[in-house]
Amino acid sequence: MGPKPKLDHPERILARVFSYVFKSYLLHVIIVAVCIVTNVLCSIRGTLFLRTLIDGYIDPMLKASLAGEEVVYDGLLQAIFTVAGFYLIGVIANYLQGRLMINVCQGTLNNLRKELFSKMQRLPIRYFDTHAHGDIMSIYTNDIDTLRQMISQSMPQILNSAITIVSVFISMIILSPVLTGVTIFMVVLMLFATGKAAGGSSRYFVKQQKELGALNGFIEEMMEGQKVVKVFNHEEINIKKFDELNENLCESSRKANQYVNILGPINAQLGNLSFVLCAVVGGILALALDPASALSITVGDLASFLTFNKSFNMPINQVSQQFNAIVMALAGADRIFKLLDEEPEPDEGYVTLVNAKEEKGKLAETEERTGLWAWKHYHKADDTTTYVKLQGDVVFDGVDFGYTEEKTVLHDIKLFAKPGQKIAFVGSTGAGKTTITNLINRFYDIQDGKIRYDGININKIKKDDLRHSLGIVLQETHLFTGTVRENIRYGRLEATDEEVEAAAKLANAHGFISRLPEGYDTELTGDGASLSQGQRQLLSIARAAIADPPVLILDEATSSIDTRTEKLVQEGMDRLMKGRTTFVIAHRLSTVRNSDCIMVLEAGRIIERGSHEELMEEKGKYYHLYTGLQGA
Amino acid sequence: MLKKLASYIREYKAPSIATPICMIFEVLFEILIPLLMASIVDDGIGKGDLPHIYKVGALMILLAVLGLISGLLGGVFAAKAATGFAKNLRKGMFDRIQTFSFGNIDHFSTSSLITRLTTDVSNIQNAYQMILRMCFRAPFSMILAMTAAFIISPKVASIYLVAVIFLSIILFTIMRSAMKYFSSVFKKYDELNMTVQENVGAIRVVKSFVREEYEKSRFKKASDNIYHMFQQAEKRVILNGPVMMLTVYSCILIISWVGAHIIVQSGGTTLATGDLMSLLTYCMNILMSLMMISMIFVMVSMSIASAERICEVLDEEADIVNPEDPVFEVKDGSIVFEDVDFSYDREGKGEPVLKDVSLSIKSGETIGILGGTGSAKTSLVNLISRLYDVTQGSVKVGGVDVREYDLKVLRDEVSVVLQKNVLFSGSILDNLRWGKEDATEEECMEACRLACADEFIEKMPEKYETKIEQGGSNVSGGQKQRLCIARALIKKPKVLILDDSTSAVDTATDAKIRKAFREAIPGTTKIIIAQRISSVQDADHIIVMDNGRVNGFGTHDELLKDNAIYREVYESQTSGNGDFDEPR
Repeated sequence: MGPKPKLDHPERILARVFSYVFKSYLLHVIIVAVCIVTNVLCSIRGTLFLRTLIDGYIDPMLKASLAGEEVVYDGLLQAIFTVAGFYLIGVIANYLQGRLMINVCQGTLNNLRKELFSKMQRLPIRYFDTHAHGDIMSIYTNDIDTLRQMISQSMPQILNSAITIVSVFISMIILSPVLTGVTIFMVVLMLFATGKAAGGSSRYFVKQQKELGALNGFIEEMMEGQKVVKVFNHEEINIKKFDELNENLCESSRKANQYVNILGPINAQLGNLSFVLCAVVGGILALALDPASALSITVGDLASFLTFNKSFNMPINQVSQQFNAIVMALAGADRIFKLLDEEPEPDEGYVTLVNAKEEKGKLAETEERTGLWAWKHYHKADDTTTYVKLQGDVVFDGVDFGYTEEKTVLHDIKLFAKPGQKIAFVGSTGAGKTTITNLINRFYDIQDGKIRYDGININKIKKDDLRHSLGIVLQETHLFTGTVRENIRYGRLEATDEEVEAAAKLANAHGFISRLPEGYDTELTGDGASLSQGQRQLLSIARAAIADPPVLILDEATSSIDTRTEKLVQEGMDRLMKGRTTFVIAHRLSTVRNSDCIMVLEAGRIIERGSHEELMEEKGKYYHLYTGLQGA
Repeated sequence: MLKKLASYIREYKAPSIATPICMIFEVLFEILIPLLMASIVDDGIGKGDLPHIYKVGALMILLAVLGLISGLLGGVFAAKAATGFAKNLRKGMFDRIQTFSFGNIDHFSTSSLITRLTTDVSNIQNAYQMILRMCFRAPFSMILAMTAAFIISPKVASIYLVAVIFLSIILFTIMRSAMKYFSSVFKKYDELNMTVQENVGAIRVVKSFVREEYEKSRFKKASDNIYHMFQQAEKRVILNGPVMMLTVYSCILIISWVGAHIIVQSGGTTLATGDLMSLLTYCMNILMSLMMISMIFVMVSMSIASAERICEVLDEEADIVNPEDPVFEVKDGSIVFEDVDFSYDREGKGEPVLKDVSLSIKSGETIGILGGTGSAKTSLVNLISRLYDVTQGSVKVGGVDVREYDLKVLRDEVSVVLQKNVLFSGSILDNLRWGKEDATEEECMEACRLACADEFIEKMPEKYETKIEQGGSNVSGGQKQRLCIARALIKKPKVLILDDSTSAVDTATDAKIRKAFREAIPGTTKIIIAQRISSVQDADHIIVMDNGRVNGFGTHDELLKDNAIYREVYESQTSGNGDFDEPR
């Protein structure tokens, strides 16, 4: 958790949380509210009984007994049974409330989690490139968790308290407006104290969060680099810096906790003070005042009022204890809603990919899987639909691109790839090789120029269909938790076991998979941590192979794998590239040499292009790179 | 384990003791005040005695002020004790981790160390504060109320005893069965987090295979799982409330009935009406305290796991420590391996990684090391700066066994550029000065020139003051490697080890760096692990590693002639399968 900014409109966030809860659980919430009201009323009824117990039953019975009369317990028994009935209803209401709140709370969180995730799936790559992954994660963990506490505990608590406060307030007004005034005055004092303490605590809570973030950041960084720390004998300096951060955190955390801790005692004692004041003022009203005066009250009323005074202060105290939990939860909710409000990846494309068959030399759409694919292109202007065969012809025409408006990183990129051709990008780091490949599948949208796929502007193609027609093997392999088979099948979910094996064979992965303890059913965890880098690459090649796309984007692996495995990877890659239009960020001599066309990139521009032989003739940058000599 | 943790309370013993004492006083006032309240109602209002109200009211205010003071002090002390304890625990762990050897670090994963230092400590802090504030308060309050009840009427009070026993059994049973579900909820939570983490990391794969819907359904399953588990757990927890209420209400009603009989039959002598009211007040007190105790029980048992994980770190003994009478000077950069066996297993059991290695390297030589994955290249060089200790045999630097050197001196003289290297947040200069704290700007620039890092640093807007982001995410792989080399060079070591440290640097620059080494630091022994044959072929000697053994040792030409592995690698890299340019 990073530093917590001040919340802009806490009331709006709160309203949104409520509307979220009501959206799916309105009926539940209504029943819960009814339960709470029932519960409060029943317990008030119980309190009233205790008052009448002595005055109404025991005293008369005692008098009767002392007078030697026969004591009849029937009345008391009946009264007890009546109250027992109310109590029972209260208990049932309490259970019902608890039971329903589980559904409301967990259900809302479940919905929220799912909505968050599906929203996240629709966000553009830019979002993931510009947000720390740890921050995204903490939304699912910390923020949802604080919200859980608020919905399950604070919300019913507040509702309960509010109902108690209102009903007790009405009773108090009826009994004595003057004493009610005294009570309210003390409540204002309590709220003032609460506000003061809460203000102090939230200030230090913000500070604590910030310092916690600083300390956790430091811890994270140093744990990651612990081996480097050792190599450089940096332990002492580290400890010094850590002590400083640790001391800071301890200080602000102490203050924050202190404020929270003292809130309870302050309010409790103010409540006692309120009781004494009411007793004194009430005593004067009841005893010293002329009974005919409008302000005068009876002794019985005063006794009842004092009971109410106690039950009025208690819920206020309880609500004030919830204050911090609510502030924290709202900060979390704010982050959750921010993610939900992110602009999703736009997709205005309408050209779709369909199965096709050839009829009398013309393409027609069909339901069955023919292995032949076509772009279905609807022309609005003349209300016609044309079908274009999916071939893998890609053209860049004067493409400019920058990750931000201000800074263009690719300038005037022009290139074309005929179906089946292999295009290699070479150039130093930061020249823009990876950026170009990010544009073909529209991870990022270009700022100027056009990219055409089989003659169609890629902006017109539905993103999903465009990406279906492109295969990608990244240098950084990512595998998912699941079996080896599931990981390969990721490329095409409906692939049969035979197809999975065939793809693995093509990618040269079959050999090592068969040697795994459980073969294709070996479970992979933690991004395939149990496999070597080379093996993971083989799997990602197999995954692309099973998707069988006409166009491939490859980012060749570096040489950090050993020679033997690398040979397997190369063979796999070569087989995969066969017959497909391939864009490859090339690091290997053989790949470059066998390419149909080589693009030499520098600072976002294509400075040389041509076949290996042509470029060697030119004796330019390529020649220098190739011969390993330092370029001019 | 608890004893171990408790020893970290240290300077916070005083507030740790003061907190429960304050709490006990608070309880005392809490019990007394209702008595005064009853007196105001019964004796003052009931009898129309206004002066009595003033008198008792004043007393009550006095007690309230005292209660306030003890409450405030309790809150302040509790905060001080708990946060201080957390601070000490964190420091204890961090200091301990700083003494860890590579072997110790391998034993824990990085992420688990982070969790222990952060989440686990917060758990303990919260639990500790809770214990200090409630652990004495609740039982004391219960005992006090119980005693008072027994004094008033043993007969009625025995009803409480039954209720307490009944309620504790029920609460305990409920909590135990809920805990079982809660612990599986936490496991499911881990699974969910993993799904999210995987997705965020691999979002490019997800999107390029258009698997958003598939991932959603996977996530839905994980999320629903948590939902059901939570429901199961909470279904049990919510029983607490109704059971508690049922018990309280039953007590009230039974006492009303029984109490009425006693009062009436005894004619108000054994039990007065006012006493009955007090008994009912205590009823709430006793059962609420019991509820509190059960909550403490849950909280403490939930934090036990955290306590265990913290103790694991605190108990871990560093397995490489300074010798008693260390040598403080490294004579030269010569290195000798004598019959070295090495295994990562601490007891020396298990398959050795290095077997029977004997080598002799002269000071100032350039040594290349080549070999496939898992051939133990890194393990070999890690022994030189004593990042690990040999299982058998010995490694000598400058003619002295590495185990006899002062660790700091040895590691300053033997500078390693690790394969998995990291830069730290801070400016480039800050990072370079890791090698030598007081290095001048000129020294830093000189090191960067040698490592060919100057060219790209000069192009950066703020040059040497450019801020490096956490993990070095704003420099490319090749740039990072060059900065790491520069950082190691600043130490001016007698031995420099590059563990596959130029894999992301292009061949031309790689050659330039090696040339600079030859010319500028001829006296330093340079050991270079590489996958590229071009990186090692001009070395004085090349070591070919295979499966933990030295397979060949010689010059490029010698090895080409009579080492099969070397020849195979050479051929595969020169026959069109080599690298074209720098790989990112």
